[in-house]
Amino acid sequence: MARIGVFVCHCGENIGATVDCARVAEACRKIPGVAHSVDYKYMCSDPGQTLIREAIAQNKLTGVVVAACSPRMHEPTFRRVCSESGLNPYLCEMANLREHCSWVHEKSDVTTDKAIDLVAMLVEKVKRNKPLHPIKVPVTKTALVLGGGISGIQAALDIANAGHKVILVERDPSIGGHMSQLSETFPTLDCSQCILTPRMVEVAQHPNITLYTYSELESLDGFIGNFKTRIRKKARSLDEKLCTGCGLCTTKCPNKKIPSEFNTGLGMRTAIYVPFPQAVPNKPVIDREHCTYYTKGRCRVCEKVCPTQAIRFDQEDQIVEHEVGAVVVATGFTVKETDFFPEYGYGKYKDVINGLQFERILSASGPTLGEVKRPSDGRVPETVVFIACAGSRDPAKGIEYCSKICCMYTAKHAMLYKHKVHHGQAYVFYMDIRAAGKMYDEFTRRAIEEDHVQYIRGRVSRIYERNGKLIVQGADTLLNAMPVEIEADLVVLATAGVANEGAEALAQKLHVSYDSHKFFVEAHPKLRPVETNTAGVFLAGACQSPKDIPESVGQASGTAAKVAALFSMDELTREPVVAVVNRTAPPLYSTCVGCFLCQSACPYQAIEREEIKNRNGQVVKTIAKVNPGLCQGCGTCVAFCRSKSIDLQGYTHEQVYAEVMELLS
Amino acid sequence: MKMGYYPGCSISGSSREYGESLLAVLRALDVELAEVEDWNCCGASAAHNLNHTLSLALPARSLALAEQQGFQELLVPCAACFSRLAATRKALMADDAKRRQIADLVELPMKNIPVSINLLQLLQRVLPENLKEKLRAPFDYKVACYYGCLLVRPAEVVEFDREEDPEEMDRIMEKIGAAPLDWAFKTECCGAGFSVPRTDVVGRLCARILDDAVSRGAEAVIVACPMCHSNLDMRRQASESHSGKKYTIPILYVTQAIGLALGLDAKQLGLQRHIVPVRLSAGKSSQILENAPA
Repeated sequence: MARIGVFVCHCGENIGATVDCARVAEACRKIPGVAHSVDYKYMCSDPGQTLIREAIAQNKLTGVVVAACSPRMHEPTFRRVCSESGLNPYLCEMANLREHCSWVHEKSDVTTDKAIDLVAMLVEKVKRNKPLHPIKVPVTKTALVLGGGISGIQAALDIANAGHKVILVERDPSIGGHMSQLSETFPTLDCSQCILTPRMVEVAQHPNITLYTYSELESLDGFIGNFKTRIRKKARSLDEKLCTGCGLCTTKCPNKKIPSEFNTGLGMRTAIYVPFPQAVPNKPVIDREHCTYYTKGRCRVCEKVCPTQAIRFDQEDQIVEHEVGAVVVATGFTVKETDFFPEYGYGKYKDVINGLQFERILSASGPTLGEVKRPSDGRVPETVVFIACAGSRDPAKGIEYCSKICCMYTAKHAMLYKHKVHHGQAYVFYMDIRAAGKMYDEFTRRAIEEDHVQYIRGRVSRIYERNGKLIVQGADTLLNAMPVEIEADLVVLATAGVANEGAEALAQKLHVSYDSHKFFVEAHPKLRPVETNTAGVFLAGACQSPKDIPESVGQASGTAAKVAALFSMDELTREPVVAVVNRTAPPLYSTCVGCFLCQSACPYQAIEREEIKNRNGQVVKTIAKVNPGLCQGCGTCVAFCRSKSIDLQGYTHEQVYAEVMELLS
Repeated sequence: MKMGYYPGCSISGSSREYGESLLAVLRALDVELAEVEDWNCCGASAAHNLNHTLSLALPARSLALAEQQGFQELLVPCAACFSRLAATRKALMADDAKRRQIADLVELPMKNIPVSINLLQLLQRVLPENLKEKLRAPFDYKVACYYGCLLVRPAEVVEFDREEDPEEMDRIMEKIGAAPLDWAFKTECCGAGFSVPRTDVVGRLCARILDDAVSRGAEAVIVACPMCHSNLDMRRQASESHSGKKYTIPILYVTQAIGLALGLDAKQLGLQRHIVPVRLSAGKSSQILENAPA
């Protein structure tokens, strides 16, 4: 006879204010098989846990139902309590009275009745629960880091310095990401390249890091500790071992008028190119879309001038395979182009640029060598207008969120402009100045007070060109919405930070969730900020949401700590909620008839074929078998099985049926 | 099936030439219209600032009548009327309870409320591909297409063209041989209903519009809204006294420009009704000059 204990939690006011917890406990006491039933204010607290521990010992309980919050929240807590009390943890279940009842209903008798139903269902289930034992799986102590920006670099270095192997994959020809494009960084105004490039070199030279640049993730299979990954190394069109990075090919390439991605289209590059002089690795790639040889079939100048004969026009993409135990996604973000703004000219004015472009104009390695010159005619702009929140916090544009970095970089832009053009005038149109962070508010104040940047609180309604000037029309909302019109030489839009193109497809490859803006979603916004809902896949940096450098680096180190903790164990324990094919005595051996519908339905390739042999070694039957290491317990095979031969441990037909019958009774 | 026609009050009054030229052009293009019988004021500019229910009920009555008279689509040439009728349809189709309430109020059933379309939407549909061949006097002038505030807005109601930088009128002008200019004031405010109480504000706003059009070499401003026309044409003096400049640039309705290109008579197009005389430069289309009023 079952002896079930029911523990009803008030969750403070969360449940207690809506559900009559005492009545729930009392009603449950009358359910056959319930040996003990109590309610308590905070069951997850230390006294609450002690309450359960003592009840298990005193009443010799054979199962426990905790009626409290979502099992996502505290199931591990209560299962551990049971385990410590000598009860198999899988004999403990949670009835969700908070999310499924008290939070969604008004206080009433009916609400309490529903709560009683929810608990009663779980009691019926627990009566049929069987002790289960966690599955042990080995861990491959190699991490795959996707993205070679500052987040990926930091995560890779931290994991590698902890003594583990890292495979770093970068889509572009060089690592460095957006940070390598920046001029100076807030709030200290140290040069971005100066602090970044040493780390890029460290990555390249680290004995624990294997670097794949100009490469993309092809596929990721498997599960935590045991992923299999395929990486596409795009053809650089040269033999990297022979190339010395002398750069002769890039100086001789006759095709010199290709907009440089690194310089955000403000400068030009050749068809065979290194994105920037400090690139890591410092080896060129041939852009086959623009190269004259690939488009017209002749030229081959680079091949002729290369002193080491490294050019390989016929090189093909290569697929490399690796086994890894954890994945860090650090694929970053991008910023909206100016053509996103109809009222600012749909990108048709050359001197309306975005923040990243202005970084290149300010940068000593940029197209103007750090001199502030405007793109249209190369003149030094006398008046520059900066527009914060260009797209961000604007539901009409479909971007409700704050891009977070713009207030600070706009203050920096205005400040650096004033440092370079002393007589120039800088205006900033803003909604609010959001400068929360160490030394951040002081920084924006400095822009206003010491560098005399004019901050105007209000929105710009339109920008148009008149006699070579950009007329910026706006309103000053601190002066009773007084119309403001500024004749500017250059306008810099702090355009919204958005997810990278292809983020959705990547998320699907990695089986991680993404939000409506295609940013990857963390497992818990507060308590699990670097994990995803897919075990073993972690996040770092702006692929999760727009972030500045300090925050990206902090998160990357946090992620690295999680990976190092994972790799500190030789074996992982996994939940035993997996599918099992039944086995019976001969001559049947199993009710499975070997149709293998389950095999085609399984999204994790977890179904294998098992041959059953008689004592003479002859195969008498081939049936399905579930690999518990690969099975994720989704239950798809269970639904597909025509002979009801597969069951999900912990959620068997019998258990679920008992729950439904209890609800209907 | 004829298309329904909701003229609105301006076309019956201060902008008769819009209606006259519209009917003349559509006749020439073999498009038949049937006026909604017993239509009433749409409530524009006043009602939606005073009483939300009234602002829905006024257009709703006309829409319900149109539905009763069997129309599925209504041409609403006035931009303000169009905005009110389209917004009312959207509001009532999205909310059954509201629709029943308003139907009770206007004492007419409302089920399939007819769709309102503006003049640009109609012209986009009915101007033939080979229009250029039919032109008797191509309208080869540099024009500034002025859409004003309501013709393509709000975007979620109109769902047509680009709300901040519309293009359809420019395309129509290209079809009749004109050269539409890239200018900055396509959708800027003309002062609209302030024409009477704050003529000075209208003068200031219209002066900016005229200034920009003229400085970019426009020979005519093209409009599709009676309010825009009144402010730019009738309030010319207010604009001039604001800026201290003289503006001779004429303001033409889209339909007048098309009518001239099709070779229709200037009188039929109501050109003589303008305050600012329609004088277009010589040497291009002599026929227009002959027909133009003094």
